[in-house]
Amino acid sequence: MTPMWYIVLSAILFSVGAVGVLIRRNAIVLFMCIELMLNAANLALVTFSRINGTLDGQIMAFFVMVVAAAEVVIGLAIIMLIFRTRRSASVDDANLLKY
Amino acid sequence: MTAIDVMLSAVGLVAVGSALAVVSTQHLVRAGLWLVVTLGAVAVEFLLLRAEFVAWVQVLIYVGAVVVLLLFAVMLTRAPIGRSTDLDRPIGPALLIGAGSGLGLAGLFAWVFRDMRVNPPPTGSAQRVGEAIFGDWVLPFEVLSVLLLAALVGAIVLSKKDT
Repeated sequence: MTPMWYIVLSAILFSVGAVGVLIRRNAIVLFMCIELMLNAANLALVTFSRINGTLDGQIMAFFVMVVAAAEVVIGLAIIMLIFRTRRSASVDDANLLKY
Repeated sequence: MTAIDVMLSAVGLVAVGSALAVVSTQHLVRAGLWLVVTLGAVAVEFLLLRAEFVAWVQVLIYVGAVVVLLLFAVMLTRAPIGRSTDLDRPIGPALLIGAGSGLGLAGLFAWVFRDMRVNPPPTGSAQRVGEAIFGDWVLPFEVLSVLLLAALVGAIVLSKKDT
């Protein structure tokens, strides 16, 4: 089976994550869907590395994982801050930057 | 169909199914646990692609750290343990956009790679990846360490009581 199927799988996973971002309102579930999309991109990068026969795609996937970890740390800190002032984790309640 | 093809199909089905469960379940904690299944399935796909280092980093960082952090956030925001009905956005346009982007991406990739030649696979062992990171990619690696330090300081500043 060609590596094409890995790319198709990553496209499907990315679309599922995109649908999740569009239909969920809880900020933490939104974060989970963003992680899904990042993982789909990582799968595509590793597949490109497999197609090209070089390691560069795998190293880019590793860097994406590190950036995703930093993003989750900061994002969850912001969500906790919003929850502390608004008593809600819904993205619709965070429609003002200053309270 | 070789054994790897069978494993690819089975693990891919598990990944897509659990991703759909993450998106559609009404229980927040269960969404996090389904996310563990999805990330584990993608790690197995990395192993099938011979990217061992990336697969183990995926297990360590995502399953070990990110999901635990997400579950802690679910519990700290006093999310309801039972069903939480926050799936009340209109689902039609989202499905339209998702299906459109998915089909578009798959079609684009199929067209771009219609006559690809697959080279012999690279072995992504920890030694090879380490040599590449500390050889050609050492500058982005150092920049990333600064980014991680900034995220650390930012998280501490944000979560102080009297900001």
